[in-house]
Amino acid sequence: MAFTFAAFSYIIALIADAFLIFFAIFHVIAFDELKTDYKNPIDQCNSLNPLVLPEYLLHILFNILFLVSGEWFSLVLNMPMIAYNINRYRTRPVMSGPGLYDPTSIMNSDTLTKCQREGWIKLAFYLISFFYYLYGMIYSLISA
Amino acid sequence: MPTLPNGQPPWGQPLQAPPPPVNGHQVRHPQSGPFPPAPSSFNSPPPPFMNGPQKNPPQFHNVRPSPVPMDSPNRNSPLMMGNAKDSAGHQPPLAGQPQPPLAGPPQPQFSGQPQQPMGFQPMTGPRPPTLPPGQHAPYPGQNSSPALGGPPRPPQSLGGPHVRMPPFAGSTSPQGPPQTNAGPPSNTPFYNMHAPNPPISSPVAPQMPPPSSQVPPQPTSAPTFSQLQQRPPAGNQIPAPMANRYPPQPQQVQSPAYQRVFPQPTTQSMDGLTSQMGSMSVTQQGFNRLWGNNMESYDLLQNRNILPPTKIEAPSINLQHAFVDAQNCSPEIFRCTLTKIPETKSLLDKSRLPLGILIHPFKDLSQLPVIQCNTIVRCRACRTYINPFVYFIDHRRWKCNICFRVNELPDEFQYDPVSKTYGEPSRRPEVKSATIEFIAPSEYMVRPPQPAVYLFVLEVSRAAIETGYLKLVCDILLAELDNLPGDSRTHVGFITYDSSVHFYELVEDAQKPHMMVVGDIDEIFLPCPANLLVNLHEATDLVRELLMDLPNKFQGNPEPSSALGAALQASYKLMSSTGGRVTVFQVTLPGLGPGALQARSSGGAKDASPLLSPAIDFYKRLALECSASQIAVDLFLLNSQFADLATISGIARFSGGCIHHFPDFHVASKLHEEQLERCFRRYLTRKIGFEAVMRVRCTRGLGIHTFHGNFFVRSTDLLSLPNVSPDSGFGMQLAIEENLNDLQNVCLQAALLYTSSKGERRIRVHTMCLPIASNINDVIVSADQQCIVGLLTKMAVDRSQASSLSDAREAFINVAVDVLSTFKATQNMGGPSGLMAPHSLRLLPLYIVALLRHPAFRASSNVRIDDRVYAMCQFKSLPLGALMQSVFPDLYPLHCLTDEGALEIEGKVIPQPPRLQLSAEKFDSKGLFLIDTGDNLIMYVLRHINPALCRVLLGAPSFEAIPDVMYELPVLDNLDSERLRAFVTYLQEIKPYQPSIQIIREDSKYRSRFLQYLLEDRSESSLSYYEFLQHLKTQVK
Repeated sequence: MAFTFAAFSYIIALIADAFLIFFAIFHVIAFDELKTDYKNPIDQCNSLNPLVLPEYLLHILFNILFLVSGEWFSLVLNMPMIAYNINRYRTRPVMSGPGLYDPTSIMNSDTLTKCQREGWIKLAFYLISFFYYLYGMIYSLISA
Repeated sequence: MPTLPNGQPPWGQPLQAPPPPVNGHQVRHPQSGPFPPAPSSFNSPPPPFMNGPQKNPPQFHNVRPSPVPMDSPNRNSPLMMGNAKDSAGHQPPLAGQPQPPLAGPPQPQFSGQPQQPMGFQPMTGPRPPTLPPGQHAPYPGQNSSPALGGPPRPPQSLGGPHVRMPPFAGSTSPQGPPQTNAGPPSNTPFYNMHAPNPPISSPVAPQMPPPSSQVPPQPTSAPTFSQLQQRPPAGNQIPAPMANRYPPQPQQVQSPAYQRVFPQPTTQSMDGLTSQMGSMSVTQQGFNRLWGNNMESYDLLQNRNILPPTKIEAPSINLQHAFVDAQNCSPEIFRCTLTKIPETKSLLDKSRLPLGILIHPFKDLSQLPVIQCNTIVRCRACRTYINPFVYFIDHRRWKCNICFRVNELPDEFQYDPVSKTYGEPSRRPEVKSATIEFIAPSEYMVRPPQPAVYLFVLEVSRAAIETGYLKLVCDILLAELDNLPGDSRTHVGFITYDSSVHFYELVEDAQKPHMMVVGDIDEIFLPCPANLLVNLHEATDLVRELLMDLPNKFQGNPEPSSALGAALQASYKLMSSTGGRVTVFQVTLPGLGPGALQARSSGGAKDASPLLSPAIDFYKRLALECSASQIAVDLFLLNSQFADLATISGIARFSGGCIHHFPDFHVASKLHEEQLERCFRRYLTRKIGFEAVMRVRCTRGLGIHTFHGNFFVRSTDLLSLPNVSPDSGFGMQLAIEENLNDLQNVCLQAALLYTSSKGERRIRVHTMCLPIASNINDVIVSADQQCIVGLLTKMAVDRSQASSLSDAREAFINVAVDVLSTFKATQNMGGPSGLMAPHSLRLLPLYIVALLRHPAFRASSNVRIDDRVYAMCQFKSLPLGALMQSVFPDLYPLHCLTDEGALEIEGKVIPQPPRLQLSAEKFDSKGLFLIDTGDNLIMYVLRHINPALCRVLLGAPSFEAIPDVMYELPVLDNLDSERLRAFVTYLQEIKPYQPSIQIIREDSKYRSRFLQYLLEDRSESSLSYYEFLQHLKTQVK
């Protein structure tokens, strides 16, 4: 039983992952509100766009910790998500501010469905990885 | 409209669409009811009438697939109150009826809208009265009216010299030798092409290697193809000496009458028809046509002259018995790609056709019922307006046709204002007319209706002044100042800009307008709080003085660059409290201040696709702010250099504005000057709706998927349109979200809420009702090819911006392949060799060939990027009629105008020449042709024109004496010239923006302006129509 760097990365990952789960839930709710006409797309995009980069950074942050602590398996699990995020941000619509969502195209149901599905998948991924990090934390705490 | 022609006995049998055919093109129906017994010869299997040209009774001539909608006679029904503008052009005599008042103090206003003479169409000529019984008049397709198909075909023309068709489609074995009964083979070169050889289609196609993007392999067995290859080198797509390539055609030389000169597609269709229909009797064909279910199919490879000579009408919508009399919305306003909605998503996917609607909601209508009442009857659940397709449960309740909720009727609704009686809600105008306008009570206003506010923002940099546009625009504005739509509250304002922004304070007491210059373009501010926008009526003199002064003030302005972004921000600040319309004239690439742009290059990409997307989002963001403040920005771009329309168009696209582009504009060019003047005049004086929103509701189970047009989508079904103009159209893709099999009809309702220029809040409601189809055949047969093309262009614009131009081009070809493959699969005919297309989609490949060569989607790199982007913007926002004309222009022969089939409008006789396919093969070297692309009318004089014709029409003694290019028709005092001018004027007047006419000689250096529209011929980079069909054939599985 020792407090290793790996255990520390898992603790950070756990906390960060909890935030990511909140972000994902917020996304899903926001798109649902758009679908049911409760919100104006301009307002909704203005509230969603500032959250996109923090989410990505948070995710990359604990993956760097995994990298440093040599938790290769956890890192590999997260690599596809990082790659997806980078590609998604690279191909975003032309915008001056940060963010992904363009109020003029968000109401197309293709885009809307895609964003909503993306939110659900991320939510599931973060939830599963939350338990995995919990396991990883305990494992690294007791194994050392 | 599944109603019967006037004078017909009513149907005794259920008024239903024909039952699903068994093998795709054969429908049997009891021959009861109104059908007179058909002569036995008509019932016989494929009549061999082509073998003996003169053997057949002349009636056969009249039996031809009619391009006329089956309902045209009935559209005129005077019963239909205030049908806004039906395609038949004849208005119900509403105006003549005294209009009794509606209940309550408000008066019913059946106001006439600004009149557009659009309604006069060739189809609408006075139809002959019902023929004597025993004739075949009940089938509209065989109407012998001259108004129908141009001049009546003389019977002898059946086997006469004009028969230029490919081998008889009806021959039982396609491999067999073609039947050469159609006249001496030497008649036409294109007949030659087929006659000595076996039909090209079947034997050649299998040999074709996989198609490439270049010139397709040529069938070596066809001598005329090698002839075709003798074209001069690229760059000059169609060589000037047509006559060399198309040897003189003896019979054309002899006869100036086009009935004989021009191939008659109808006869050919007839050919295909009889062969394909096999044993189907004439009665059944008539039945099918009457019900809009034209089951005929065509072999495209053999029916090359597929284009009907008359205007192609929208397919009719056939509703079931409950609504058989209900008037659907005019197809010019509201159109769906399928006139029968598939009942499930899988059925739609199986048909591989796009499902969507095109709306032209604010179209100028000649007659429109306007209603003012205390309560507008709407469904309490989904807020649908009451419409002709609701179900009345009893006199007090109605069932919504969108959400199926049962609603109460208010007492007021029981009163019928026309007959002044109570108790019959179905007689109300709301229930009789599918297009209606309500004057909205105050609960439809968020704020008091805004006044008409117009702000003109004019670029005055050096390049802009050099084009000379400023004087022209100021002059037109000066002339039309009194005709601006508006009331006593109308406000106007002016801003000019170069590297700084200039404001004009128009104080009423001042003698002269006071100009203020703001140089701080990064942080633009309004130099004075008031008087920048002034009441037009109170300050007319000042405004006039300013307009007269402006062109001189900036003469010789040395400033090279323009701060468009700052000027737009200033406009936004100026107008944000009221809303209104901003008109921007831009000439150069905006290079200063916010929203500055650099000249971009495609960065080594294969095509120009990256340049089709905006470089920055400044203009889009500003447009969204404008949209929120009810400001629309209209953009007039007069650039000669790259001005990055892809980026700056954002300001108009998302604020509900419009875009006009005049490339290389210079006032010295008469053509440019005239075009800008006509366009700007119409722009200033046309109707306008302010602070508008449009909502489209559709029956539960359908959902709107993607929107196309200039607007901002505020929620799933609500479009925010700060301004709405009569020239803007919208498109929406639909998705089938739930199965519709328990329904009989689906309804779509578009409601446009706007403030008129007189400060009235009004709601214009259009409702369309469509039946449901349960099998794939019905879906295909009910497709509306023009509407499909309209929707495809919009989808392709999105595709080329999102991925690339070549993707969009590929998608077009795939659509054609998909459609034909699906049709082939549904026919399960065991592999006949032809390329079969259903009647409803027979022109789709032709349109796709044209689209692939349209400046928007052309592969070649010599289309300037701004022109391409403009063409794409137009596709997004043009109404369907104008869009189709720009995709597939009309070609008319002018050397043989006659009064046969002519229209008569206000005492003027307007000849209606037939439309020709866009191919040089249709040229008569002695002739004179006119192409109508919607924004251009180009007349083309061929070299061997008859000197007499030249003299009477053009006032020149010979071909050589005609100037290189002329911009107006000489006014000559003879019948032929009068006819010609009447026809040209008619073509100009039916369009909102009157196009200018150019007259071009065959050897003029401007001839490519005309020749580029010969879309069916091969060009350096694209296939001809026939080659495209052969390519399709290799792809169709």
